[in-house]
Amino acid sequence: MSGLSTRQRVLWVAVAVLVLLYALFPVASILATSLKPAGELQSGRFLPQNPTLGAYEQILVGGAQDLFLSALRNSIGISLIATAIAVILATLAAYAIARLDFPGKRVVLTAALGVSIFPVISIVTPLFNLWRNIGLYDTWAGLIIPYLSLTLPISIWTLSAFFRQIPWELEQAAQVDGATTWQAFRRAIVPLAAPGVFTTALIAFFIAWNDFVYGISLTSTEAARPVPAALAFFTGASQFEEPTAFISAAAVVVTIPVVVLVVLFQRQIVAGLTQGAVKG
Amino acid sequence: MASIVLKDIVKKYGDGFPAVKGVSLEIADGEFMILVGPSGCGKSTLLRMIVGLEDITDGDLEIGGRRVNEKAPRDRNLAMVFQNYALYPHLTVFENIAFPLRLAKGTFSQDEVRRRVEAAADTLELREHLDRKPANLSGGQRQRVAMGRAIVRQADAFLFDEPLSNLDAKLRGQMRTEIARMQRRLGTTTVYVTHDQTEAMTLGDRVAVLRKGELQQVASPRGLYEQPVNLFVAGFIGSPPMNFVPGEVRDDVLHLPFADVPLDDRLRSVVGDRRLVIVGFRPEHVEDAALVEDGSRGVAFRADIDVTEWLGSELYAYIPFETNPEVAKKLEELDRELDGEGLRSQVVAVLSSESRVRDGDTAELWIDPARLLVFDPESSENLTRDEEAARRIDAETEEERRAALERAQRREAASGGAEDRERSASARGAA
Amino acid sequence: MSATVPAAQGSRTAEVEPGTGRGRGGRPRRAPRSERARAEARLGWYLAGPAFVVMLAVTLYPILQAFWESLFNYRLTAPEERGFIGFGNYGVILTDPVFWRALGVTTLIMVASVVVELVLGFALALVMHKAIRTFRGLLRTAILVPYGIITVVSAFAWFYAFDISSGYVNRWFEWVPGIDADLNWFASQGTSLFVIIASEVWKTTPFISLLLLAGLAQVPGDLDEAAAVDGATWWQRMRRVTIPNMKAAIMVAVLFRALDAFRIFDNVFIMTNGANGTEVLSLLAYRQSISRLEIGLGSALSVLLFACVIVICVVAIKLFKVDLAGARGER
Repeated sequence: MSGLSTRQRVLWVAVAVLVLLYALFPVASILATSLKPAGELQSGRFLPQNPTLGAYEQILVGGAQDLFLSALRNSIGISLIATAIAVILATLAAYAIARLDFPGKRVVLTAALGVSIFPVISIVTPLFNLWRNIGLYDTWAGLIIPYLSLTLPISIWTLSAFFRQIPWELEQAAQVDGATTWQAFRRAIVPLAAPGVFTTALIAFFIAWNDFVYGISLTSTEAARPVPAALAFFTGASQFEEPTAFISAAAVVVTIPVVVLVVLFQRQIVAGLTQGAVKG
Repeated sequence: MASIVLKDIVKKYGDGFPAVKGVSLEIADGEFMILVGPSGCGKSTLLRMIVGLEDITDGDLEIGGRRVNEKAPRDRNLAMVFQNYALYPHLTVFENIAFPLRLAKGTFSQDEVRRRVEAAADTLELREHLDRKPANLSGGQRQRVAMGRAIVRQADAFLFDEPLSNLDAKLRGQMRTEIARMQRRLGTTTVYVTHDQTEAMTLGDRVAVLRKGELQQVASPRGLYEQPVNLFVAGFIGSPPMNFVPGEVRDDVLHLPFADVPLDDRLRSVVGDRRLVIVGFRPEHVEDAALVEDGSRGVAFRADIDVTEWLGSELYAYIPFETNPEVAKKLEELDRELDGEGLRSQVVAVLSSESRVRDGDTAELWIDPARLLVFDPESSENLTRDEEAARRIDAETEEERRAALERAQRREAASGGAEDRERSASARGAA
Repeated sequence: MSATVPAAQGSRTAEVEPGTGRGRGGRPRRAPRSERARAEARLGWYLAGPAFVVMLAVTLYPILQAFWESLFNYRLTAPEERGFIGFGNYGVILTDPVFWRALGVTTLIMVASVVVELVLGFALALVMHKAIRTFRGLLRTAILVPYGIITVVSAFAWFYAFDISSGYVNRWFEWVPGIDADLNWFASQGTSLFVIIASEVWKTTPFISLLLLAGLAQVPGDLDEAAAVDGATWWQRMRRVTIPNMKAAIMVAVLFRALDAFRIFDNVFIMTNGANGTEVLSLLAYRQSISRLEIGLGSALSVLLFACVIVICVVAIKLFKVDLAGARGER
């Protein structure tokens, strides 16, 4: 900051405000909507005049509780499991890609690339049919399996990129220092690999958390329906009530963890995103 | 402390590529041994076999009298400094140095670890950096941390894999003396790999010159410099490197491209009935004739000086010459092996800085024929090598080494005891 | 597993001096494969195999299944009428203007959003690239919020802001000609697409800007300085030095975003559900198979959508020479 003139400083603050406004305005908008009491929804104003937490009450402890909380449970559970499976499989694969010389290494990477550009809707139709036949329709497993098509490719790319940067000779150095093979791996390599694995898990979780197509196509009840799909089918407390405030409140609730994770781990997420996609 | 003995060590890679072809070498307890050679000569592979990071295809490796071929690296009790230091980026300097101690669970108490790490840090002047992470250190500091990790656990031997190649020239000189001092003080057997002949000459008690996986010569630096066994060693050791020119023998005279040297008894006996030889002479053995007081021993000759470089302490003069096609191929091949660029055939003369020779002059130069080395153009063997002299040189340097080691350790014992007392006193004070 | 790895390492470091060349490619490849190399290959496949198989199982198998089912006249509600009709479904789709309209709308959304995102994303990337340390973290955090937010949530946010009953946009922008309290954004094609594209741009620009930022970071700073010394203006430096040197990153970012935008579904579903000429291909396929249970037609649409994605890829790689491997440091 020291070498900055006042004019530059003002300019930078202005730019920062502009970017902040860009990034946060829609979030603020839905937050404002969620706080509006029923009578104010059509006020045409941005800010609620008499803010109320009524909508939150409805979805968390009130009448719409069953709908929302079950969806939240499904979303968290399914996304976590899909992330965990993807990261475990991807860690093994990325280790092999970064560390070993084997024919077909490019095949695996190319397959990952191919899968990541695959149109989700193309998979949905056959799965819809198949899942109905084998009883996976409207179950957690029925979503976890296709979620792997979203989380696995990006995990492989991101982790391969991370693992390529690990100075593997540290493992040898540790062995010379007196470590067993396991100790060398555990104390020299794991601490270096862990941040990459964590970041990858974060990105994979975001992607699973974001899914909508699988969510609405492969579920039909609260048994497995995740939040985005539940939001789309939300109908409010009664037939005649517009669900606007409830949907907004639910949207805010599921956005909070995203914002928290982003604030905590922005550096890692940026590194992971750009590595997987550009440097790979 | 231990001796390291290599017996007919062979390394073949999976595809049959022989990286090391039967190397035998005895490294005495406390000795500083250099493995040197151009890239791809197998020196690093040899070092990695000693430390246990590469399997040994054939032959025996003994450390401290015990065969260790099949032992895992951790069971060999050796310490190694890697080329790019291999510091653990997630650990502080303190924990990096303490790492080997922490691995030996239960062997060292917390206090013992702290004491040892701090002692190592003091030796290497790292005391104020102990809490920092490697990423925040300069190249020289990282290098010292890597050395700290090596000395902290009192290994049987130190292995260095080109430890100075990532440092700039000035720092390299400083660290070179630092390594030499440390080794003298600790008296630990050391094997040091480098491709830099200056490091080889300055650091080692003995130097092993390798070429394409084969040992060429093991001798003291002076032995290598004065009595090289062949063209390769002669060309590798010394800076600027030795000059090689074709020598045609006609009518009892050795005709060099720019000088005619009458054969004396020594030269006549080594040349024998050869018509063509390769003659080698060191740049520093050529003098400006104007500055030689008693020129009667040597041969004066005129040469066209192309370029000169005045360095203050001395003057380099470059003399291009037409080479003989029969030896040209041999010399080109040698140049390639020594990682040369194969630019042009020229002779370098290192003259006294008082010399008035300048670019474009036709200068009167002088050389003592006793300094000429004669090599067989077919076998590249040094025909002028004097076994007797070589043995004498090595015996002398071995004697000097022992004396230096004893001196250093006597001094260490004297000052170290005092330091120890001081430290325990301050520890009590802190408690 | 880790026990065999250090041994397997040996064959790789053959002539590369340890530490300098490891893992950076450039290893000399030698023809005959030794036992050790075979062991390494085997281990490689043991480790990478499961991920590979899972990826194929969740994509290749369904698409083949879709292709098979697309050859049948098959409706879930009337399974007994199922019959092989060859490429009949494709004929039906390709002669139906609904498909072509959806393709057109999808392409429009893709092109418009990618173009806007590229410009906006580049500006954002420049801002972050030049930003001083104090702001960098803040800007990155801010920009990641749209990236991390659920698309459906973002769609609702934009929808409610523009919606004629719950929105405030009409009131805010009354002074703009053509906008008044009675403007129903979601009642006509043009305005609907505007909001859809706006929300898509908002949500995905951060991603493209991060890719471009990484590309910017890879352009050596001294190139820019050299150009400045040579007398280039800011704009000339940008156009002749910076952009050509990050072309690979730009191309990859554009291709990825284009493919992503081509699959657009969530925003459209939430905002208009395809009404008023906003039907996109994904939505059309969804409606056929999931809503109307026309498995045959839906499958054929799925296959066509997949074919479109492949065509875009091939065009990008062949025509624009997008070097995926090169941009990913695979040289």
